[in-house]
Amino acid sequence: MRANTWAGRNKVEVREVPDPKILNKRDAIVRITSTAICGSDLHLVDGYVPTMQDGDIMGHEFMGEVIEVGSGVPADRLRVGDRVVVPFPIACGACAACAAEMYSCCENTNPNAGIAEKMFGHPVAGIFGYSHLTGGFAGGQAQYARVPFADVGPLKIESDLTDEQVLFLSDILPTGYMGAEMCDIQPSDVVAVWGAGPVGQFAMDSARVLGAAKVIAIDKEPYRLRMAEQAGHIPVNFDEVDVRSRLLELTGGRGPDKCIDAVGMEATHGSAHIAAYDRIKQAVRSETERPHALRQAIMSCRSGGVVSVIGVYGGFLDKFPAGAWMNRSLTLRTGQCHVQRYMKPLLQRIERGELDPTRIITHTLPLDEAERGFDIFKNKQDNCEKVVLKP
Amino acid sequence: MELTATTTVRRSPPEVYGYWRDLENLPTFMAHLEQVRGTGDRTSHWVAGAPFGKDVEWDAEIVEEVPGERIAWRSTGNADVPNAGTVRFLPAPDGVSTEVHVALTYDIPGGTIGKAVAKYFGEEPHQQLDDDLRRFKQVLETGEVVRSDGAPWGKRARKEFPQRPAQPLSDDELAKGADA
Repeated sequence: MRANTWAGRNKVEVREVPDPKILNKRDAIVRITSTAICGSDLHLVDGYVPTMQDGDIMGHEFMGEVIEVGSGVPADRLRVGDRVVVPFPIACGACAACAAEMYSCCENTNPNAGIAEKMFGHPVAGIFGYSHLTGGFAGGQAQYARVPFADVGPLKIESDLTDEQVLFLSDILPTGYMGAEMCDIQPSDVVAVWGAGPVGQFAMDSARVLGAAKVIAIDKEPYRLRMAEQAGHIPVNFDEVDVRSRLLELTGGRGPDKCIDAVGMEATHGSAHIAAYDRIKQAVRSETERPHALRQAIMSCRSGGVVSVIGVYGGFLDKFPAGAWMNRSLTLRTGQCHVQRYMKPLLQRIERGELDPTRIITHTLPLDEAERGFDIFKNKQDNCEKVVLKP
Repeated sequence: MELTATTTVRRSPPEVYGYWRDLENLPTFMAHLEQVRGTGDRTSHWVAGAPFGKDVEWDAEIVEEVPGERIAWRSTGNADVPNAGTVRFLPAPDGVSTEVHVALTYDIPGGTIGKAVAKYFGEEPHQQLDDDLRRFKQVLETGEVVRSDGAPWGKRARKEFPQRPAQPLSDDELAKGADA
């Protein structure tokens, strides 16, 4: 089959690789009809997430048709011919984390748990196409994929919704939603979202659906801010205005009640000096993160507010504003999305028309043009927000 | 050399104990064991293969046994690598799970085998035992050893790093099985 593979730092390559086969009895094989490039794929391509190997198949957002199931998958759960969206964390459904619906912390699905434990203290779930640190699972930017624990993760789509309407249930829609849900939004809340990329856009839409009074989008790309504005959110361009001043102005001096960091480790900053400092530290590997958005969210949030972190961090950061966090009674909440927990309720919201995931798709390309897709997405060419690939 | 490791399995103490007490199950999750064969009610024969390149064998006997709570064993006779171990099964505070505490002692001898064993354990002994317990937990909780494309031979600790690329195995690799 054809698959998009990691071919070294800043290089992906579509190659011919073997077709996947059933390895475990609870596996299914899915013929992929749509897959996407995620912002967190860029951390792999940029080389910030360790343990990638030449030839690793990329991609953790995908959906398609089941063409084979292992003997351990009950027929009432999944059959050949079912149309499914596959969640990015691989979860066993049986451990204590899964029992608590914390699927991205599954204790069993990372065969390389020993490596992850060194990096994170405790291991996390296996993730499709996301380094050997998270299991060494082949990803979904391919014609076919093996899906372990297929009786637990995949969501069957039984209505006639298009791929584009449901594909993002695999990751970015639940991720954005969880970012808003962790904020415990009240009707009077002003919610500020750092990052107007795909996850940020969905966090904003979710904050509105959950009842926020006002939603603010912080980014520097005019086209992304326009996209947020068209969806009814208030744009703030950090290249043009001082974010703190603007946020105080928009909130009567209080600061946003709830702040969502939808940026993560490769943030850019309006101040050239701070940006340069962190970039250099990151380049010489003396810090793994550029936590501008997180710092600014903590400093800006009103006293007693919630800072919700869904941007991806990989290692260690410095200059964490612990004083602001502690002295002003802030709550910090975070997590890789527990996708399985949100898929069904969010599918219902899509069916009811409360959320329109298709609004962020700017590019649809054949799988064979994955390399070009990564290039335009990474470099924000051609007003690129989200790339969908068709195998 | 003494090693200890622990894990929590979301199954009751009798279930977890029962799986371990059937010693022939041990190679399912213990990476370096090729085979454990029961030779009597409390005696067994053990064969460890990888990564020595040559098998190491010994007889063992269970020296203490409290059903649902504790098993202790030690090698007998002229073992290549004299060893002993205890595993304790304690109810976890959640009322559902079992804490598994393992303690092993190895007496590493001289000679060629001694060197091989020392080198093997010198690399990452705790990692080996931790990974064994992770697979034990996987088997009891999910019914199988989890295998990824990059680490398709879940049972083989020596295959964990460096790994093959995370892409499906070729027919040749599949046919070779765990030795690929």
